[in-house]
Amino acid sequence: MHIPSLGWWLPWLVLAPLGGAMVSPILAARSLKASRWFGALVLLGNFLLAVGLTPFAWNQGPLHYKFGGWAPPWGIEYVLDPVSAMMATLVAFFALIAYPGATLPREDQPQSNAASFQALYLLLSAGLIGIVLTGDLFNLYVFLEISSLSAYALVASGGDRGKVAAFRYLIIGSVAATFWVLGLGYLYALTGTLNMADMATRLPGVLGSRAAVAGLSFMVIGLLIKMALFPLHGWQPDAYSYAPAGAMPFISGVMAKVSAYALYRLLYDVFLKAGPAANALELLSWAAALSILAGSVLALGQRDVRRMLAYSSVAQIGYVILGMGIGNSFALTGAFLHIANHALMKGCAFAALGAFTARTGSSDVRALAGVAKIMPWTAAAFTIAALGIIGLPPMAGFFSKYYLLRGAVTAQAWPFVATFAISSLLSAIYFFRVIESLYLKEPEQTQQTHAVPGTLLMPAMVLAGLIIVFGVFNQRVIENFVPVIIAEEKS
Amino acid sequence: MNDQRLLWAILVSLIAVVPILLSDKRPNLRESWTFIAAFLKFGIIITLLSDLLAGVTPELVLLEIAPGYALHLKADPAGMVFALLASTLWIVTSLYSIGYMRGGKYPHQTGFFASFAVCVSSAIGIAFSANPLTFFVFFEILTIATYPLVVHNRNGEAIDGGRKYLAYTLIAGQCLLVALIWSGVLVPGASFTPGGFLAGSGASETTLRIIFLLFMLGIGVKAGIMPLHGWLPAAMVAPTPVSALLHAVAVVKAGAFGCVRVVGFVFGPELLRSIGMDWVLASFAAATILGGSLRALGETNLKKRLAYSTVSQLSYIVLGAALGSPAALAGAIFHIAAHGFMKITLFFCAGSIYTRTHFTEIGQLAGIGRRMPMTMGAFTIGALGLAGTPLMAGFVSKWNIGLGAIHSGHEIFVAVLVISAFLNFAYFFPIVYTAFFEGEPSEFKFDEAGYALWLPPTLTALASLVIGIFPDWFWSFYTLAWTAAKSVTGL
Repeated sequence: MHIPSLGWWLPWLVLAPLGGAMVSPILAARSLKASRWFGALVLLGNFLLAVGLTPFAWNQGPLHYKFGGWAPPWGIEYVLDPVSAMMATLVAFFALIAYPGATLPREDQPQSNAASFQALYLLLSAGLIGIVLTGDLFNLYVFLEISSLSAYALVASGGDRGKVAAFRYLIIGSVAATFWVLGLGYLYALTGTLNMADMATRLPGVLGSRAAVAGLSFMVIGLLIKMALFPLHGWQPDAYSYAPAGAMPFISGVMAKVSAYALYRLLYDVFLKAGPAANALELLSWAAALSILAGSVLALGQRDVRRMLAYSSVAQIGYVILGMGIGNSFALTGAFLHIANHALMKGCAFAALGAFTARTGSSDVRALAGVAKIMPWTAAAFTIAALGIIGLPPMAGFFSKYYLLRGAVTAQAWPFVATFAISSLLSAIYFFRVIESLYLKEPEQTQQTHAVPGTLLMPAMVLAGLIIVFGVFNQRVIENFVPVIIAEEKS
Repeated sequence: MNDQRLLWAILVSLIAVVPILLSDKRPNLRESWTFIAAFLKFGIIITLLSDLLAGVTPELVLLEIAPGYALHLKADPAGMVFALLASTLWIVTSLYSIGYMRGGKYPHQTGFFASFAVCVSSAIGIAFSANPLTFFVFFEILTIATYPLVVHNRNGEAIDGGRKYLAYTLIAGQCLLVALIWSGVLVPGASFTPGGFLAGSGASETTLRIIFLLFMLGIGVKAGIMPLHGWLPAAMVAPTPVSALLHAVAVVKAGAFGCVRVVGFVFGPELLRSIGMDWVLASFAAATILGGSLRALGETNLKKRLAYSTVSQLSYIVLGAALGSPAALAGAIFHIAAHGFMKITLFFCAGSIYTRTHFTEIGQLAGIGRRMPMTMGAFTIGALGLAGTPLMAGFVSKWNIGLGAIHSGHEIFVAVLVISAFLNFAYFFPIVYTAFFEGEPSEFKFDEAGYALWLPPTLTALASLVIGIFPDWFWSFYTLAWTAAKSVTGL
């Protein structure tokens, strides 16, 4: 009996938002409202498709799709295994949930800008999902650039300071992309293939060569810049601060995580399949630990809560990378659980902050004084996100930290155990400063406040609820959404 | 096996938070919810007690929260002592809080009663936790839920007190988390076991010592073991009902109870002795007993003196646990209840005096006993009990701890108990003397602050008198304490 392959659906996860990005401006020429609805429908369909395919990837083994019918390693292959299913669902979910707030018509913005903004937003989600699905290292580069270019433009649409931030982001991001292609060039010269699985089988013979080491190093550095690991984070605080607030739950939630996922693929599906690389992992772990501590310390010094959250992300992406560096089952599972959990928490924090800012006109910690009185629900959502990032039960962040810590203790990596513990305390300091301001301080003067549209509030509420659900039911999440990654025994 | 009452015992007060918050504008309705929840909770726990005394240990395994660890509740005798204490005293404290908060016209009362309910929920959760992870979840919820109560007054002093409280408890939480994960790596999925589960783990003595120290850093902060006690006097800025129930009963008892759990149910007295940590812990406890009393002598502020008295008295429990002989453990567990009744009496009295007269210093109390005879009468009983006068609750625990010290061959600690008794007299009796015999000679007159403020201390003073004479009256504290002690020591 012939069952039509489910793999046929895979390209649509990318093609739908990509096509949507092209159709959306045409529609917008007629009616901006229609194109906004169209974009939302595309993203909704995409999310449902990702959710629908996930159980198949879990139960029937990875789904494959060969572009143009060309078999790998010659053609480009898309793969949906439990890990990429989780990432694709996550990206599609955040794209969907932030879309209404991000594309909210703004008075200070001409209609043509609004139209291109919608298109760029769809393009960004197409690029991110493409990175997640592709099994081809060069194709990954193409999607990395698609997502980055649209992100530059999105950041630039956040006013004058956004343009400066975007320019800086553009320069640094392009350097990162160049690193990736350069490194990939070395590997291609060595192995003659671009397909991940194929490269893993061809690498063992050349693994110790300088060219392979240099290639891997370049590619890893490229990704570390993209995910803003300290000290390669220079572009990120400005970009996060001046990007349009509505798009921030999406950008802060999943963009860096997709790069972290690409790093996982590169390390675990290509290099570690080819041979041991304990040194590389250890080096990466120390870099991550440094990023955790440095990001937390830098966050302490910020008065602007957006910058504080940005530096907090520098620290939190370090959690994910440290989990991958430690590399046992607990740590790896913790890393992916933290990808999901941190996306929820940071997305929620940025969504709530966006609402505060829309209300008070400033994201300075002093401007938030007493805001909990006028926006109790949003303040509660922010608090839940903050407690989660600090890592307190029963929030989601506690449980991913539990996995990571357990991985570190199992590996007897005591410096990293200390890193996780200290980072929690540092994040408690910078978050409780904001919480104190929200709840305990009196407003400085009677500020002009503006009504906040529900589309900006909705993501904060939904995400705050999910933070608790993902925490309490974390074992259900792990059974159905975030895969347990069985690390191969390292000798 | 699966007894849902355990869950309801915790949830009742948690659910009550919703109607409490919703009845913000109607104080009488709001306080009714507190009372309904308090009585329901008490009733549920009493039915659990009757099962336990009949020889059935109620147990409930809820969903898994980490690999190998379920949210697992169990009403064993030791936990039952703590649960009975917290649920009994919540009722009287609720009555008292209403009198105090309305009498003092405090703002933010809705938040106060809501946080209070969450705290009591987590205290019961701590009491019934059957494994370290469940314990930790409730332990941290208690930390966070107490914070709004500490900063209730919203002024600079309260915010500083709150910061200090968070700094101590969050650092402790990280130590506790590492300790429990480490013990979980040694013995995966272990539950609290009478006599300890780490005995057969095969870990080296040094490892076990480090784990024990981490555990003690983790719970020693809440138990106020010197030098980890600094937050307790600072937290006295909270309204008196908070000091009464939380900083004399629930929060600090969570620490002291945690100490009993770790010594008796994680390590076991035997293992503790073989790694030589019993002496270390007992010495710290003895130093705290004496040091706390000496500091109390030096304080002229009534609440501060009571706070240091608490620091000192809590270490009776720690000392009893450290000694590890059956009588010492029984005395320690009984003291959880005994000290609760006595100390809450004293705090109630301090609050009643403050509400009526705004006196906070001991020097101001001249003649107050003739104006407020019920209050000061109760105070006298409580003070006598804490000093360990025969026929008072405190005597029962001290007698057993002293016996236990002799049984375990550490007679020197009997001397500590005796000296401490003298110090207790030395810092309590000047207060009683000043209140009744100093100042302008005058007739007794009844100038109390309303029944909600003098009835609760009278009731708790009576209770501490009754369980001093009949230690098993109503709550069966003495039987429970001995049953727990016997199970731990295998007697």
